[in-house]
Amino acid sequence: MLDLLSGFIVELRNAGLPVSLTENLDAMHAISHIPLEDREAFKYALGATLVKNNAHWRSFETVFEVYFSLRGPEYSITDGDGEGSIDDLLQQMQDAQMKGEGNGGAGGMDSLTPEELMNILMNALMNGDQALMRALARQAVQRFAGMEPGRPVGGTYYLYRTLRNLDLDGMLDKLMEASKKEVGGELTKLEERLEKDEYNDRIEKFKQEVESEIRRRLVADRGAEAMAKTLRKPLPEDVEFMHASRDEMQNLKKSLQPLTRKLAARLARKRRHGRKGPLDFRNTVRHSLAYGGVPAEPKFKYPRPAKPELIVIADISGSVAAFARFTLMLVYAISNQFSKVRAFVFIDGIDEVTEYFKKTEDISEAIHRINTEADVIWVDGHSDYGHAFEVFWDKYGKEINPKSTVLLLGDARNNYHASQAWVIKEIRQKARHVYWLNPEPRSYWNTGDSIVGEYGTHTDGVYECRNLRQLEAFVEKLA
Amino acid sequence: MDNRFESVQTVRDGLKDVNYLADDGIAGVVFLADRLGKPILVEGPAGTGKTQLAKSVAEMIGAKLIRLQCYEGLDESKALYEWNYKKQLLRIQADRNSDAWNDIHDDIFGSEFLLTRPLLEAITSKEPVVLLIDEVDRVEVETEALLLEILSEYQVSIPELGTITATQIPLVFLTSNNTRELSEALKRRCLFLHVDYPQLEREKEIVLTKVPGVTEMLADQIARIVRSIRQIDLKKSPSVSETIDWARTLVLLGLDSVNAEQAKETLHVLLKYQSDIAKAAKELSDD
Repeated sequence: MLDLLSGFIVELRNAGLPVSLTENLDAMHAISHIPLEDREAFKYALGATLVKNNAHWRSFETVFEVYFSLRGPEYSITDGDGEGSIDDLLQQMQDAQMKGEGNGGAGGMDSLTPEELMNILMNALMNGDQALMRALARQAVQRFAGMEPGRPVGGTYYLYRTLRNLDLDGMLDKLMEASKKEVGGELTKLEERLEKDEYNDRIEKFKQEVESEIRRRLVADRGAEAMAKTLRKPLPEDVEFMHASRDEMQNLKKSLQPLTRKLAARLARKRRHGRKGPLDFRNTVRHSLAYGGVPAEPKFKYPRPAKPELIVIADISGSVAAFARFTLMLVYAISNQFSKVRAFVFIDGIDEVTEYFKKTEDISEAIHRINTEADVIWVDGHSDYGHAFEVFWDKYGKEINPKSTVLLLGDARNNYHASQAWVIKEIRQKARHVYWLNPEPRSYWNTGDSIVGEYGTHTDGVYECRNLRQLEAFVEKLA
Repeated sequence: MDNRFESVQTVRDGLKDVNYLADDGIAGVVFLADRLGKPILVEGPAGTGKTQLAKSVAEMIGAKLIRLQCYEGLDESKALYEWNYKKQLLRIQADRNSDAWNDIHDDIFGSEFLLTRPLLEAITSKEPVVLLIDEVDRVEVETEALLLEILSEYQVSIPELGTITATQIPLVFLTSNNTRELSEALKRRCLFLHVDYPQLEREKEIVLTKVPGVTEMLADQIARIVRSIRQIDLKKSPSVSETIDWARTLVLLGLDSVNAEQAKETLHVLLKYQSDIAKAAKELSDD
């Protein structure tokens, strides 16, 4: 048991969760108070002692699934000899699983045709029958995933194969039709929406069942350690903007909101407590009354430092679009920390998009409008930093003043066009600060057509911003 | 130390008796907190019943609830203890004519002149106590350090008096709205509990227990609509307390089922931003 738990904790640390020694000890204490047969309670006991940040919960869950997935209620974790090693346990689990399939409800399913299987699945989804759904997930994986022992393929591949065969999108339509029939007539819009949400929820649950079933089988095949390695996902704040998958993007978006809230609170605090000012005479006298007229508690005037004016110039061509979107979202989410924010986007032409943000309170809508309406293509729609900067200087250059901080976003891959780096030099002479944020890893800079070095010499600093963590650190420094 | 609870299930049932519907996670962590003698750090979106959890636990075990509301600028004289300097002054003046200085200067730092504040009160109390430190993320990082000693050792050190140790270990709840990252030192000393928006079934049950006169069907509809609204990308998703308010509103209006029109008209109970209301209304009527 001890071995198992330390293996688990090592894996958590590998996944990027900060688990300290005392937390480790707490976890050991905690599970001694929990009946080990109760898997949920066991999970929460570990969760409460080891995971101290909700964003890390998903990673924790994955690792937990891998390490303790096969320990169903029939196999409580005991401290008995012989059972300590993971391999032994896994072997037993696998056997138990096989047995379960032989005797249990799923056993009869082997003989069903795919159509019959689909019908059963549909019924299960209609009625929300959890047990049946689980059995079906097991059956579906067995039948469609085509898993072979020792094959070096990731779990997503099997997942894809299984789900393709099940056609769950078609299933949703069928379910909706069936429920319409059941009511005998048209549903109102609201009812329809609610029904749809309900089925979506159930289908999502079914997908999770399938996923965990695949995971279970993979663990049985390869062992927990190897499996944990392949499943290791970066934490949301470590996901790279340039290579994020759609799911990861969704997660990033979700974590952006609490992050901006935190950032804004921190900045406001910093602003208020940043420096001590001169003595506030009136306030000191007022407070001295409590001490019989002795000014025992001096009060100070806290100066309110001027908020910077921010000009964001972002490359939104394909490769760095996600990064630009994120930075704009972040900057606008804390825009009250700046006296004014202006946003420009370019590919080879440049356009001002400040208006989009002003008209709506909804940042994602503004971003959407940027993608569809902004006029950023001049010739061919390949990044041309030189031309974009030149046009910017001609049109808006005179509006840069000593209060403004200019933020340039992009990878500086200029497709071998002229750099026009003099624009940056001019801007720097007029503006308070000029920073360049590059979403590429530092080692790629100045390779190929990247000329970030050429621009960088004229700025106050070039920063690598590959993930949310780095972006957050920079923005905090900026405001 | 005596254990307050026998098993996770007793916690759950007990909480249910005082009208708080806990899920496995919540009950499990409360149970563990008692067994390990550790504070619970409860985190989650606003209005999901974090503070209510502490209140309900207090009610369940029949303990006194001592609450420390955190705010920016909270210091030890408001959280821990303070010397009652007016009384000390009086004491000195009362003895002005005698020369018993030696008596006085030991005397004015006795417990008679100590004003206890919530934290000290919680650990010196004779009766069982539940200590609630509300919205701990509002204090500055430096002030957090004030809490560390009491959270890990259940004691308070007063330079003039010595160390005061707890007579009994109180159940401690800290709540946080996550407006800033709490320090590692604080997190390390606590069990962590994240309270999120409840699942459909649980939300329905919450509505049924908290709102008298609501029909099963209406509760079901309410829970579904709220879930639907939470899926929309909003500034502030409706919280559990807002769901309950909405359910009360609908009951007051004498409805036993709700249609799109009625839902739209009462959305302002559920959502607090005009842009959110407009968005949700559009979503509810369009598809």
